[in-house]
Amino acid sequence: MNRIENLFQNKKNILNIYLTAGYPKLNDTVEIVKELENAGVDMVEIGMPFSDPLADGPVIQHSSTVALKNCMTLNLIFSQIQEIRKSSDIPIIMMGYFNQLMQYGEEAFFEKAAHCGVDGLIIPDLPVEIYSETYNDKVKKLGLDMIFLISPQTENERIRLLDEASSGFLYVVSSASTTGKISNMEQEKSYFERIQKMKLKNPLLIGFGISDKKSYDTACNYASGAIIGSAFIRALEKNGSIKQSVHEFIKTIRP
Amino acid sequence: MNYQPDTKGFYGDFGGAFIPELLYPNVEFLRKHYLEIIGSESFQKEFNSLLQDFAGRPTPLYFAKRLSEKYNTNVFLKREDLNHTGAHKINNTIGQILLAQRLGKKRIIAETGAGQHGVATATVTALMGLQCVVYMGKVDMERQAPNVARMQMLGAEVRPALSGSQTLKDATNEAIRDWINHPEDTYYLIGSVVGPHPYPDMVARFQSVISEEMKQQLQEKTGRDYPDKIIACVGGGSNAAGAFYHYLDNKKVELIAVEAEGLGLKSGHTAATTQTGSEGIIHGSRTLLMQNEEGQITEPYSISAGLDYPGIGPLHAHLFKSGRGRFMGATDQEALNAAYELTRLEGIIPALESAHALAALGKIELTKDENVVVNLSGRGDKDLQAYIKNLSDFEKD
Repeated sequence: MNRIENLFQNKKNILNIYLTAGYPKLNDTVEIVKELENAGVDMVEIGMPFSDPLADGPVIQHSSTVALKNCMTLNLIFSQIQEIRKSSDIPIIMMGYFNQLMQYGEEAFFEKAAHCGVDGLIIPDLPVEIYSETYNDKVKKLGLDMIFLISPQTENERIRLLDEASSGFLYVVSSASTTGKISNMEQEKSYFERIQKMKLKNPLLIGFGISDKKSYDTACNYASGAIIGSAFIRALEKNGSIKQSVHEFIKTIRP
Repeated sequence: MNYQPDTKGFYGDFGGAFIPELLYPNVEFLRKHYLEIIGSESFQKEFNSLLQDFAGRPTPLYFAKRLSEKYNTNVFLKREDLNHTGAHKINNTIGQILLAQRLGKKRIIAETGAGQHGVATATVTALMGLQCVVYMGKVDMERQAPNVARMQMLGAEVRPALSGSQTLKDATNEAIRDWINHPEDTYYLIGSVVGPHPYPDMVARFQSVISEEMKQQLQEKTGRDYPDKIIACVGGGSNAAGAFYHYLDNKKVELIAVEAEGLGLKSGHTAATTQTGSEGIIHGSRTLLMQNEEGQITEPYSISAGLDYPGIGPLHAHLFKSGRGRFMGATDQEALNAAYELTRLEGIIPALESAHALAALGKIELTKDENVVVNLSGRGDKDLQAYIKNLSDFEKD
């Protein structure tokens, strides 16, 4: 059992926080993750900054642009994760776009990620069909989880396919949007209920548009927890130390 | 060798649909239905009638006598510049707007670089009474202000793309993000043979009217329905795809694609994707693109805003890799010279994009008994500022 599976077996109302590696400063990644863990966050999703992040809204786009200007590279992210692993067992997911893996070499990327202590991957523009055909065996052998996304427009049959291909958890996108749009969670209740009733193989985390205590609590009613990204990135933009920003923000979600 | 995409949208190693799951339902629906819809009799009838009566097709195939004398060969110009709105772009927007109507979509989004595709989209949405939002890089909006005004006059909303480098690639990202945010009512009308399958194939089919007409016109003018060479410029590659389409399997025809070298291949300011790029994913398609070793997509440069794209369509990547297409480049200066030359020899002011194709005439071996078609994809009114600015240099030479 890897760290993600272990977490889901032992905890409810999981809080997964997204951060962009290399933002706001190149070497902030390690400190941010440590403070998140100190603040009680259960899992982190580390974004690999990309020049053309199609699924992301303005806040994460901006953080990616800044991180790239800070000269962030994949190898530096890997060494930051290795640094985190020296003192932490928090489950770590890497999120990035397929072109980044292609240029690194897909196999080399998977091996390096596993070696550095990464637990799971989210690659939003890697089609599930190509993943299953080409990469699944390798990824599974390395003990990595691959996490796919579903949205309110995804048909049940395809949800089953994506659930089957996923391990760790299934990423339930709260509404039809890019990241960072405030979603009307009330409106999406019937969608969440539909997914709940499907009795899927994987636990669920709801993400996109989760920004505060209210939306986090709603997500926890329908899933094993939630993922917060843009709202946290915005919190990092505020003045003050990283420690202060992290703890203040997490307190607003889990007082 | 096969030059049509397989059912998953791959041309050899290139193509496919590398898209976030949020776009899957829309793209998959298109993939399942596009051939049936555009192949239907009622669609074809309406499409052909609009091409004829609204766009002004067929466009002439003009024998350029003085240009032919200069290059000691037989040069024919396929006059896409004579289309309504001034370029081949309208062929595709008419096709896609009819498709969007049949899908019951009420809101149309598009990306544009120089503004030509934006204008062609705003034109057909005005014609059909549909809402239109065009994404355009903020930098491009400043460079191409007259086209912004044209789109607005046609009733479109032009939204500045503020992300990244604020040019065509970012406008395309913004359009894709808009589609993710509006999956139900919105149709994304892509302007070139790029993006996830089925767009490259769909756009190529709508543009294939260019080579379809060429066949008949060449038969009449030369007694043979194919030329020895076809030359077209490639940014994303839609006019080239249309000009090559019906000759892809005819090996007697040499297909020549001309990319924009900008200030030169080694200058760092170029848009010559096949010569400076590598394989990867851009805008949902596996193809050749300009990127660094980290997979970050780099910003291209060309004097011509329509060729200023860091990728090429997957069909072209396949033509390049398989050797079926001959890829070459023309610099800003070579394109400008070719434009001035055509203006003075034939009385036609070409678009800067098309001028890159014309520049190839001076860079390849040609013989007297050959027939060469240059796809004159657009007219040069939009480029007058650049032409006027550089004219004195040309006249000094």
